[in-house]
Amino acid sequence: MSRRRSCQSRCSTSMLTKSVKAIAVAAFCLAMLTDGALAQGQLRFCLRSEPKTFDPLKVEDDASVAIRYLTGGVLVRVNRQTQALEPGLATSWKVSNDSKQITFKLRGGLSFSDGTPFSAEDVAYTVQQLMDPALHSATGDTFRSGPGKVETKIISPTEILVTFPAPVAGLDRQFDQVAILSARSPKKEMAVLGPFMVADYKPGATVLLKRNPNYWKTDEQGRKLPYLDSVQLDIQPSRDVEMLRLKRNEIDLINSLDSEYFDKLATTSPNVVHDAGPSLDSEQMWFNEVAKAPIPEYKKKWFRSATFRRAISQAINRNDLARVVFRGHAQPAVGPVSPANKFWFNSKLKPEACSPDAALKTLQKEGFHLENGALKDMEGNEVVFSIITNSGNKYRERMATMIQEDLQKIGVRVNVVTLDFPSLIERMTQTFDYEAILLGLTNVGLDPNEQMNVWLSSSENHQWNPSEKSPETPWEAEIDNLMQAQASAADPKDRKESFDRVQEIAVEQAPFIYLVNRNALSAISTNVQGASPVILVPQTYWNAERLSVK
Amino acid sequence: MLGRKIARHGLTLVATVLLGGFLSATLVRLAPGLDSDEAALDPHLSSQSIEALRQARTEQHNIFHFYLHSLRLAVHGDLGTSISLRQPVRSLLHDRIPLTLRLVGLGLLMGWAAVMALALTAAWLRVTAYDLLATVLTGFLLCVPAAVLALLSVFWNIPGALAIALIIFPRDYRFARNLLDKAYSLPHIITARAKGLSELRILFWHVVPAVGPQLLALAGVSVSLAIGAAIPVEALCGLAGIGQLAWQAALARDLPLLMNITVLVTLVTLLANSGADVIGYVWRGQQA
Amino acid sequence: MSFWRRVACSVLLLVLAVSLAASLLAPAGYARQDREAAGAPPSHAHWLGTDEIGRDRFARVLYGTRISLLLAPAAALLSTLLAALIGGLAGYLGGAWARAAMAVTDLFLSLPWLFLLITVRAMMPLNVAPAFSVLVTFLILGLLGWTAAARVLCATAGSLRNSDFVRQARASGIRGARLFWIHVLPNMKPVLYAQFWISVPAFILSEANLGILGLGVAEPLPSWGSLLKELEGLVSVGEEPWKFVPLVLLVVVVTSFQLVLSKQDEVAA
Repeated sequence: MSRRRSCQSRCSTSMLTKSVKAIAVAAFCLAMLTDGALAQGQLRFCLRSEPKTFDPLKVEDDASVAIRYLTGGVLVRVNRQTQALEPGLATSWKVSNDSKQITFKLRGGLSFSDGTPFSAEDVAYTVQQLMDPALHSATGDTFRSGPGKVETKIISPTEILVTFPAPVAGLDRQFDQVAILSARSPKKEMAVLGPFMVADYKPGATVLLKRNPNYWKTDEQGRKLPYLDSVQLDIQPSRDVEMLRLKRNEIDLINSLDSEYFDKLATTSPNVVHDAGPSLDSEQMWFNEVAKAPIPEYKKKWFRSATFRRAISQAINRNDLARVVFRGHAQPAVGPVSPANKFWFNSKLKPEACSPDAALKTLQKEGFHLENGALKDMEGNEVVFSIITNSGNKYRERMATMIQEDLQKIGVRVNVVTLDFPSLIERMTQTFDYEAILLGLTNVGLDPNEQMNVWLSSSENHQWNPSEKSPETPWEAEIDNLMQAQASAADPKDRKESFDRVQEIAVEQAPFIYLVNRNALSAISTNVQGASPVILVPQTYWNAERLSVK
Repeated sequence: MLGRKIARHGLTLVATVLLGGFLSATLVRLAPGLDSDEAALDPHLSSQSIEALRQARTEQHNIFHFYLHSLRLAVHGDLGTSISLRQPVRSLLHDRIPLTLRLVGLGLLMGWAAVMALALTAAWLRVTAYDLLATVLTGFLLCVPAAVLALLSVFWNIPGALAIALIIFPRDYRFARNLLDKAYSLPHIITARAKGLSELRILFWHVVPAVGPQLLALAGVSVSLAIGAAIPVEALCGLAGIGQLAWQAALARDLPLLMNITVLVTLVTLLANSGADVIGYVWRGQQA
Repeated sequence: MSFWRRVACSVLLLVLAVSLAASLLAPAGYARQDREAAGAPPSHAHWLGTDEIGRDRFARVLYGTRISLLLAPAAALLSTLLAALIGGLAGYLGGAWARAAMAVTDLFLSLPWLFLLITVRAMMPLNVAPAFSVLVTFLILGLLGWTAAARVLCATAGSLRNSDFVRQARASGIRGARLFWIHVLPNMKPVLYAQFWISVPAFILSEANLGILGLGVAEPLPSWGSLLKELEGLVSVGEEPWKFVPLVLLVVVVTSFQLVLSKQDEVAA
């Protein structure tokens, strides 16, 4: 009897233990499901420079932009894949007809990462900080379309009206770059509303972001986002080392992968590399058209001639640049807008075909002639000029050398000079002591307003001839008018018409000689799930909250 | 007498360090690009913002004023603020000095261990094949760019200190080898050999002491070579040290940071070389 | 002359001869871009393959040899002479002279000369002749490269100043400059040779690094330094061993210099 009882009691104990275990497992699974914290790992990638600030309003460098994207909560978010504007902290918004006012309806019950409640007061505070004239930030300046104060009116804790003194084109989309700060948190800019928050920063080495426990977003199954526990950003300026680390699985992705590394990786790990097609960026060169530039007058005459510039453009073999320098991962550029920008790209424009003979004929119209293989102008001056570009960018150095050979075919002698970037910037913006420059333009957004300060003749960034007191040529005056028109037009069709004409003028007059549009190349480890690289920045981790790592 | 010498030496040191800081600030000031800020190329920025960026750097135009102001702040422990990184220079240096000290220290130790081991062995054995091999090895290491050595250290997971050792080693080896070689032709060495002393005894008791001061001078100079080597090694290996900071500061024309780094490097160089001089002086005194 | 010294001399002469005959051995030249064969491996048409924009690497090695082999030793000679003058004299004179010279040397070792180089570039016209730019580059390297050896030479001269044979020379009436040039300087040869030998590859590599400042050898002219910079794309070099040829050539030349300078045959067994 006692044996049976002991057997029964052993069986009962065993069943009890099993039950307890089963309940424990079930409870664990339930906790996992409801929390959404599936321990989905850590994403690791490199920043190519030290972040200069964690204050989202003062961000100007790429590393700080990356951190802002991952930690900042925004009212509206441009979906980098569909390019459509989506609700963020705001559930809805309304832009007035004159593009001067925007009303946001905010989500209720949200908190910053430190628990401070979020309300319209925080939005008002952020806007006031952003529009402070002493701030001098690129983000703030995009809203500065005219003089006057920006007014904020808190209608309720979840509704706010922002009024600008002048129309702001694409007003709602601009708020994609405005991360909301807390008006009350003692942690200031470190209290965030985005999916991650800065947990640790080792200067020169690493920035560690951890999941924001108070992040408001959930997925379609109701699980809290982000899936990732953390994101580790290692500061690594060298692309060679970055590539090595990807191959050794020390990092999970590379944004903006070099073409040669793309090809190397494609042969060994084709699933890792992604070519999202032409990016919004362009590589271009331009001539110095500044009247007071310390260069010989006869050279200024060449550079200020649209015929000369178009001839040089005709002599450059863009197909070779795309094929050789970028190994086919680039397209010959047409004009100021990449074909990837489907709405704004003027599809009537075609890439310039390379034709040294046509280039020579064009130059002969201006009185240039070949003499013993050297091109000379009407006054007998040999056509020699220098192209400067920034050192350390091997693609630009190679492009410059190839252009040197292309132009040699029409008797033009080019000296390629690579300079460190500060020296180059000084020549370009202050001393104007240069003849031609080869650089690139990085377009963060799609809207032509992004390029307003490039096209307005009075602007400092009107690179071939900055800060003109009044437009020095009729075509620059026309561009000024067209850019102002598109900025104040409400109808996208009107805006497109104006900007199409700007593109046509840019191609006719060739103040910039557009060379190539690079493809958006990236590498993502197969351990990363949910990645879908796009052309808009940040290409690979635009949906970081939905990524996970095996 | 000794006290006066020490005081004089100390004053020279301080004066040289101060002069080093001023000269480095002057070099940076005269170089183009001081007022340039990459941020100014952002097409989103308004003219006023671009102007404000430029104005932020104009206080550095008058180098005397800037330097005196920096000295005044330094007396109170404030080394200024980095323009590019927007952090106090003092905390930047404080965070990074230990790593560079470790890197450079270990690199020097390893490098010099290899130098002395190889040079002394070569001097002792005096075998043509050995010398030839050492020449080829050191020649090879001299011809490999420092950046490649640094990349190799990343590639093969070698500590950065070893990369620094490999940069210092070939230079110092050749000097050391030639010095030891020359010492063998000294009259007292010939006499010692004639008297039948063993080669090892001759090497360690007569040859090495004869070139001691020169080797010490070489060791002192190696310190600044090692600091210079730290720049590519730290930059490529992703080590947050002074070398990496110096390179970033140079690219950004960060005058406050550059000046302070130069003062630090000058101080370390002077201390190292002064130390070598003092020991060499004492050594010569003992030899006499 | 020892066997190895003879071999070394022959190697140097051969390299020099081949570089001077570059136009015969590589008639296509160093600048021509065979864009259909960019980044190609060695072949019958391109013995060492092509670089990233299709230029023949063999031609570039040959033409680059001229520039590097002629100018780097010249700059090394300049830095050696300066080191001898400054360091050697300071050590010979001793006292306050030595202290002052070594303080200046230490300053030279510490200052960020990068900015002087940037300033020099800024002062030069953008359309400067490539030859001028190269000459200026190596001149600057020679003028700045003396510091490390100066310290060692100062210590050497300091030791020699009180050595027996110098005392004897002084006792027999030889003083001043004659004593320095005839008795002290020749005994500093080991350090001078070492300085020269180290400087040659150092300057070749430095020239390439100066390219980032706009100095150095301008495109499309090749130099060993610019060819060695290809090794910095290390991830791929393991698959492209022909990129090591400039490195091997430089090692051979540098080793040959050392063998020519060394006194292997005078070392007692």
